[in-house]
Amino acid sequence: MVDSQVETASKPDRPWGKPQIAACLSVLSMGLGQLYNRQWAKGVFFLLIQFSYLGVFFDFLNIGLWGIVTLGTIPKLDHSILLLAQGIISLLIIALGLVFYFLNIRDAYKVGKIRERGEEPPGIKETYQTVTGYGYPYLLVAPGLFLLIAVVVFPLLFMIFLAFTNYDLYHSPPAKLVDWVGFDNFFNLFRSELWQNSFISVFQWTVVFTLVSTTVQFGLGLFLAILIHQKRVRFKKFWRTVLILPWAVPAFVSILVFTSLFDNTFGPINAMLTSLGLGGVPWMTDPFWTKIAILLIQFWLGFPFSMALCTGVLQGISSDLYEAAEVDGATPFQKFRSITLPLVLYATAPVLITQYAFNFNNFNIIYLFNEGGPPIPGSTAGGTDILISWVYKLTFDSFKYNYAAAVTIIIALVVMSISVYQFRRTRSFKEEDLIQ
Amino acid sequence: MTAKWQSHLGLIVTYAILLFMVAVTLYPILWVIGSSLNPGTSLYSSSLIPQNATLKHYTWLFTSPESQYVTWYLNTLKIAGINSLLSVLLTSLTAYAFSRYKFVGRKYGLMSFLVLQMFPSIMAMVAFYILLSMVKLLDTHLGLILIYAGGQIPFNTYLVKGYFDSIPRGLDEAAKIDGAGHNTIFFRIMLPLAKPILAVVALFNFITPMTDFLLPQIVLTSPEKQTLAVGLFGFINEQFNNNFTQFAAGSVLVAIPIAVVFLLLQRYFVTGLATGATKG
Repeated sequence: MVDSQVETASKPDRPWGKPQIAACLSVLSMGLGQLYNRQWAKGVFFLLIQFSYLGVFFDFLNIGLWGIVTLGTIPKLDHSILLLAQGIISLLIIALGLVFYFLNIRDAYKVGKIRERGEEPPGIKETYQTVTGYGYPYLLVAPGLFLLIAVVVFPLLFMIFLAFTNYDLYHSPPAKLVDWVGFDNFFNLFRSELWQNSFISVFQWTVVFTLVSTTVQFGLGLFLAILIHQKRVRFKKFWRTVLILPWAVPAFVSILVFTSLFDNTFGPINAMLTSLGLGGVPWMTDPFWTKIAILLIQFWLGFPFSMALCTGVLQGISSDLYEAAEVDGATPFQKFRSITLPLVLYATAPVLITQYAFNFNNFNIIYLFNEGGPPIPGSTAGGTDILISWVYKLTFDSFKYNYAAAVTIIIALVVMSISVYQFRRTRSFKEEDLIQ
Repeated sequence: MTAKWQSHLGLIVTYAILLFMVAVTLYPILWVIGSSLNPGTSLYSSSLIPQNATLKHYTWLFTSPESQYVTWYLNTLKIAGINSLLSVLLTSLTAYAFSRYKFVGRKYGLMSFLVLQMFPSIMAMVAFYILLSMVKLLDTHLGLILIYAGGQIPFNTYLVKGYFDSIPRGLDEAAKIDGAGHNTIFFRIMLPLAKPILAVVALFNFITPMTDFLLPQIVLTSPEKQTLAVGLFGFINEQFNNNFTQFAAGSVLVAIPIAVVFLLLQRYFVTGLATGATKG
């Protein structure tokens, strides 16, 4: 802010007029610029706000900022994690204060401009009226925004900070202090033998699971939608209703039921395989077969949604296109390649991308089926753990909060890049301001 | 002749595939219903078509002093109901502001909502656990509801804002000319018009806590505060082969109401998700 002051002052081609003085006074202290503009009530009000802000929050912010830098200095007395939380809240409060501070400077400058033009600035009564009218949207947004900051933004920030500490079972307050360790947790994930093995195998399986499950469930859904959509197929409503069922039944119920269907010794699937003379498959104890089972279950869970979605798109495609293609002698496959597929993909691409993001974090199937197992010796993750279920285990089984947070940040980066990709192709956002 | 044969063959293959898929789809569902009617209690003895079918597992759930099924069900309904109301309230307020007013931070607000809705709130589970224990909200339904209600804001705000955008602005401008205040316009005109989308939001936020496993698993620790998903998981996990049929009965009673509501309304779910995704 000092920089901007100097910059404004040093520009020779600009006259040193009243708005600049008002703005500079407001930089020195909230309200001074308004007083200079002869908006007495507003100026006094701003001064009061500023001093009560400082009076109320000074001690809190002081401890918070000290806390977030040092994370406490005396074990048993300073609680590092509480200090970290207070530090983050302090940062949020400071950010809020800065917003008001800049609005105050901008206001002083704007009113100064009005005065420079020789017009009378709005009096206290008019200001009150504009604020109450103008303030309505803030009133509407406030409760939601407050909750959003409390339960989404604040936890996310907290987690980001945790990833750079050594907070785990052996460094847990109040008995011990927690320290900043920089990027050590991330380096260890890639370098230290134990962590590297777990991380790489979990990451690979997460990617494979995401790509295979989402692609196959979509393909299967599209395929079934096309089969049912054929003119000569009868009982369309029946097929659609029955095949939508896996989506209608809550996923946690279905997964738990599958857990027992795939049971190694008592499960009906192995019983069926044995009676066919194939012998039982170690679904629950062999990592490879557990992965196969998880993929099969996810296909079952996921195809109905894609089917419903594609059915909607197919019903919207004009039959003229197909008739024209038939006149040109196109084979059914050519019709699919050149008409159906592009149109369906175009319409469903955004949803498909969210599906990839969803499966990337599909905790339920992994954890409810076999708790990420079977366990792998020499690894902190089970044989079928994906990143998010690994985070769960790191947090609640081995209390390695720092690594859990670091892995979560890696997940966030992946999801973020998917999100940016989707963001770019979202048309409605670009058209956003046309609505106004 | 051959072409006709081919087309017949195609139809037969189509029906064969569809029948196969129907069998695959129905088998687990019928099997769990069958198991819930089995007289035995173990997984080993359960079968698709039970001999001597019985409803005793259902009565056990509701009458046995060992069973906490009713408590779980009531907990879940309570959490789902409150969350649904709170979410509709918060979302409609925020969405209306974003749809109809210009204010500082509107554009950046929309942009950050777009990013935030990609992150499921479970991603911050490390933080939730530590923070909730700090503010003494661990093991309370309130803590769980607040997380649900806060986490849904970005996604559903987009959904509802899209709907508000489609209501002609002339309507509220006319009301303003007639002297209606901000509140009157919002509560008397806009909210009633947005009923369909608000119903969808209410339903989304009712179903989510009904079927969620991870958050209640983290937040709720004492058995009498559990929700259905966590309770049933504990059921099958701790006493696996002994109580399987009771688990099956419990699952059926959760799945049926949800599935029925879902089948009735699935059209809205598809369009809701599709528009939600294109909007953001």
